[in-house]
Amino acid sequence: MTMKTVFEKTTGLTDNQTHYCPGCTHGIIHRMVGEVLEEMGILEDTVGVASVGCSVLSYEYFNCDMTQAAHGRAPAVATGIKRVLPDRFVFTYQGDGDLASIGIAEAVHAAARGENITVIFVNNAIYGMTGGQMAPTTLVGQKTATTPFGRNASIQGLPIRVSEMLSTLDGTAYIERVSTHDVPNIIKTKKAIRKAFETQKQGKGFSMVEVLSSCPTNWGLDPNESLDWIKDHMVPAYPLGVYKDVPKEADR
Amino acid sequence: MGKVLMKGNEVIAEAAVHAGCKYFFGYPITPQSELVAYMARRLPEVGGLFLQAESEVAAINMVYGAAGTGVRVMTSSSSPGFSLKQEGISYLVGAELPALIVNVVRGGPGLGNIQPAQSDYFQVTKGGGHGDYHTPVLAPSTLQEIIDLTEAAFDIADQYRTPVILLGDGMLGQMMEPVEFKELNERDPEQKEWATTGTRGDGKPRIISSLELNADALEKRNELLQKKFALIKQNEVRYETFEIDDADYIVTAYGTAARIAMNAINQARKDGLKIGMIRPITLWPFPEQPFIETRDRVKGYLSVEMSAGQMVEDVRLAVEGRAPVSFFGRTGGVVPTQEEIYDQIIKLAGGVEV
Ligand SMILES: Cc1ncc(C[n+]2csc(CCOP(=O)(O)OP(=O)(O)O)c2C)c(N)n1
Ligand code: SF4
Repeated sequence: MTMKTVFEKTTGLTDNQTHYCPGCTHGIIHRMVGEVLEEMGILEDTVGVASVGCSVLSYEYFNCDMTQAAHGRAPAVATGIKRVLPDRFVFTYQGDGDLASIGIAEAVHAAARGENITVIFVNNAIYGMTGGQMAPTTLVGQKTATTPFGRNASIQGLPIRVSEMLSTLDGTAYIERVSTHDVPNIIKTKKAIRKAFETQKQGKGFSMVEVLSSCPTNWGLDPNESLDWIKDHMVPAYPLGVYKDVPKEADR
Repeated sequence: MGKVLMKGNEVIAEAAVHAGCKYFFGYPITPQSELVAYMARRLPEVGGLFLQAESEVAAINMVYGAAGTGVRVMTSSSSPGFSLKQEGISYLVGAELPALIVNVVRGGPGLGNIQPAQSDYFQVTKGGGHGDYHTPVLAPSTLQEIIDLTEAAFDIADQYRTPVILLGDGMLGQMMEPVEFKELNERDPEQKEWATTGTRGDGKPRIISSLELNADALEKRNELLQKKFALIKQNEVRYETFEIDDADYIVTAYGTAARIAMNAINQARKDGLKIGMIRPITLWPFPEQPFIETRDRVKGYLSVEMSAGQMVEDVRLAVEGRAPVSFFGRTGGVVPTQEEIYDQIIKLAGGVEV
């Protein structure tokens, strides 16, 4: 009897074991990016930019050329790469602290310039790597290491909705917010990632997929409760959907 | 090609183009903005790219990304902007990426003013950003010299995989002088096997990173960097001397201060005083040798700077207390005059006989 292979690990990822906490959805998002790069046949033409945060070591996991950027600066680094190599695929992989806090200017301006890059924006409403401090995306009332009594809007301000904000810029071509809290949404996430890279392939400009992601470790919840927390708390605050999808310049 | 009259900032830009630089990422700040504007016009002519970044922080990180693809790339700024670039410079050193960073220094601290100064000496020679590192620093004193040193800066950057700083000041940036460029010949960009350009069939992915979580491994990386710095110290020291063989006193200065001091020295020589000059061209590595060779026979040194006294510390280290080292400087963007420096020389030498 011959065995038929029905499922294989994507060649978009290396064989390295990831360091993510059990139940963390960073790993799932990595795999989908890897699968998309493999399926589109663009692994060898891609340069990824790893940011700072729990995904800082993502250069060990993606099976393509990778550059590590300073905290928040990934969109600027990606700009430098893409401007020299316009025919290569360039993506950044950034957390919410990285993109929405220290690197907000770099993100806004890369988007405003319409840089033809793809940003994978992992929003887990908290700083993971440094031990669960408040992020710009932390929900009102959410307890973190630096909002021990819950985020108070009158003291810490209100969360930033990055997809909504960036979609107001004329330079953005495709922006979608997706989630990882169940299988149908994970499938949608992969579609969005593919669409983002296709947007780049068509030279339409800045594409970003905001992925709602879990941080069981710093939320103090088990992996299943974490998925529920995304669904029950994050999705209402960060509505899913396509925020921007412009036709190619020529098609407009 | 013949001589052309050009502004210092534009000379730096054209010299970079001559050295094969096709990519520039920058942000305007006086007194170096002409450099940015020149590149915006010039780079498209040579098939290159100019991009105005949203900040100095973004500019240096764009340089980091571009440098990682293996091309010759640069940015330029002036003091407050240069401070912002320090984060990126530390990362460039950590990831071992070549790039040229120009600092046309102005008066500080803080917003200071837009007049010429040399008060960023510490910042450029002692690391500036976080971590144990140095970057080579080249300090021209004439516009013609800018041309050679800009090319040398790119060569050093490529050879050692390091960012290199070209240090000028507002005076050098803003002054006009006739300069001569060699014919611009197309150079083949160097293929750098470490560059991240997409693997494109050549096997294992490449990684550019300065992260090393393991302490022993990071120490090893630091040791390798230190070896590289030692090699640069051994090979890349540049300086110029003037009549130091019979000198009783030696004036030392770099850049604009050296030009003015040179006039004062010429005047003193005419008046019968035996004054020599050591002009560091590389500020790091600092040229210790001419001080070591003269320190046991001169009566003293005078460091002249457009700062409150920064290079004088390196002079003292080189002299090792074997001769007195004095200092004269003006700060806040005030340029010392020839007369002032002359008076200092006279004071030092105990007067002239009349
Ligand atoms: C300049 C600088 N400031 C602060 C840090 C520390 N730091 C590392 S990761 C991080 C937060 C990352 O959070 P996020 O981007 O949300 O990613 P996550 O860890 O949640 O995946 C911070 C503040 C740093 N590395 N560099
Ligand atoms: S700390 Fe949070 S974001 Fe980081 S790996 Fe663990 S679960 Fe994931």
